[in-house]
Amino acid sequence: MKTTALNVEALKKDFPILSRSMRGGKKLVYLDSGATSQKPKSVIAAQSYFYEHENAAVHRGAHLLAEEADAAYEGARAIVAEFIGANIDEVIFTKSATESLNALAYSFGNSPPGTPFALTRGDSIVVTEMEHHANLIPWQQLARRTGATLKWIPVTAEGRLDYATLETIIDSSTKVVAFTHQSNVLGTVNDVAQIVKAAKAVNALTILDGCQSVPHFAVDVKTLGVDFLTFSGHKALGPTGIGILWGRSDLLAQMEPFLYGGSMIESVTMSEATWAPAPRKFEAGVPNMAGAVGLGAALQYLTQLGMDNVHAWEMELTQYALEKIVAIPGVKIIGPSTADERGAVLSFTVDGIHPHDVGQVLDQYGIAVRTGHHCAWPLMKKYGIAGTTRASFYIYNTLDDVDTLVDAIISAQEYFKAN
Amino acid sequence: MQSFLPKNISRRIETMELDSLYQEVILDHYKHPKHKGLSEAKDAQVHHVNPSCGDEVTLNLSVDGGIVAAISWDGVGCSISQASTSIMTELVMGKSVADAYKILDNFSELMASKGTMKGDENVLEDAVALAGVSKFPARVKCALLGWMAFKDASVQAIDGSEKA
Repeated sequence: MKTTALNVEALKKDFPILSRSMRGGKKLVYLDSGATSQKPKSVIAAQSYFYEHENAAVHRGAHLLAEEADAAYEGARAIVAEFIGANIDEVIFTKSATESLNALAYSFGNSPPGTPFALTRGDSIVVTEMEHHANLIPWQQLARRTGATLKWIPVTAEGRLDYATLETIIDSSTKVVAFTHQSNVLGTVNDVAQIVKAAKAVNALTILDGCQSVPHFAVDVKTLGVDFLTFSGHKALGPTGIGILWGRSDLLAQMEPFLYGGSMIESVTMSEATWAPAPRKFEAGVPNMAGAVGLGAALQYLTQLGMDNVHAWEMELTQYALEKIVAIPGVKIIGPSTADERGAVLSFTVDGIHPHDVGQVLDQYGIAVRTGHHCAWPLMKKYGIAGTTRASFYIYNTLDDVDTLVDAIISAQEYFKAN
Repeated sequence: MQSFLPKNISRRIETMELDSLYQEVILDHYKHPKHKGLSEAKDAQVHHVNPSCGDEVTLNLSVDGGIVAAISWDGVGCSISQASTSIMTELVMGKSVADAYKILDNFSELMASKGTMKGDENVLEDAVALAGVSKFPARVKCALLGWMAFKDASVQAIDGSEKA
């Protein structure tokens, strides 16, 4: 067996939840990190420490606590910036990736003509057929509000984007191209460079949904060449309620705020107001300070492991899981069946057994998976399936976890006499 | 970690708790559903989906003089949602809508019981097999899908006949 630079058995001890027992005293086999990741002690402790020692409203007070809270919150921003290769002032804290994407769509819709974000009848917005609802519906709605047309890059039977269609779909009418880095259903890692090139050729803005990529492999915004990146904290070992919106500074400077209120202003009179520079312009109200601090701790944890090591281990798990699952008769992988250009998210169907029923049997083995349409209903319809069972892996998963999963799938088949 | 038990034995142990959920009656209705396949007869047609999982039921209903005169359905979903719909159609067919509502209320109460009720077999017949579902909160909505579709369709059918 290959050796890994990660000491998985040791790092598992950093995650308190992994030592709890499940139904029938079974140990937890957590294969649902694509939905949300588990949290190491350092993240939980960082949040508690903030509340116990540093809590104050940031950007306001003239007291020591406020200074320390500022330092903790802005320190977290610096960690995020370094993690994705961004400038500090380009990192905006939101409550979730969903909010980040909605904020962009909302802000674009409020942009006056002449700005790079303004959309009108005759313009088009391009997404892909494999988008999570969070990167589809905001653009559907923006298209509806502005009269722009929504177009999408189709997926192939194997679960890749059909790049041959790029040149016809992204054309001179295209103003925005919003796409996922890695599909939360198929595991497919998309060719960002190729899409960015097509978008740049027509001066369209590019928005990358990094929810399934940033936590799992090294992502550098400058190398990718996109204009905006969004991701959520809770899928990257961080707490819930904190998300990231990154944007190129020249674009953020021109972009309309999407929330108005305290601490996002430069000056205010009874009849008008002007805005503080980014990122403050986009962070109205007292922010989720403890959440930001927790996310900072999470990204530090990942950095200590090394994102290349994280990725290498996940690929080893993926390779092993693909081989084992493909070998079960009656089980079909939905998405690329090889480990090339894909991540550690594996969707599959079991002939004759609905995903919910598969999930129920797996639960009996202490295995947590996601079942259903994974907030990607159009993709399910494309493949003519009601849903899939999805196993998604992270740093704390082992090859034993894969074996347990395979055993449980076979049990489900025996139980429902599907074969 | 390698289990010292032969695999088939360990698997049999796992299924004991599952059996409380997947009673034989349920699996039987799942594999051989009753009144499935939409018939022409309908005063109302409804389409209900469970947005969190994508389960779907389309239900055709005819009400004649306050009696369920015809019921048929089609759908996709898990064994619980499909079996429960099948069981429900058998229960309400030929009964008055008022009696059907009594059964529905009884079943809803059973589903909300968190495993504390067995269900009244005189009222619920095959549907008591779904009692175990109430121990699994995530599956209760599966069991109720077809029943809610019936309720919706009956309201529409009666409204329609009053207007006619």
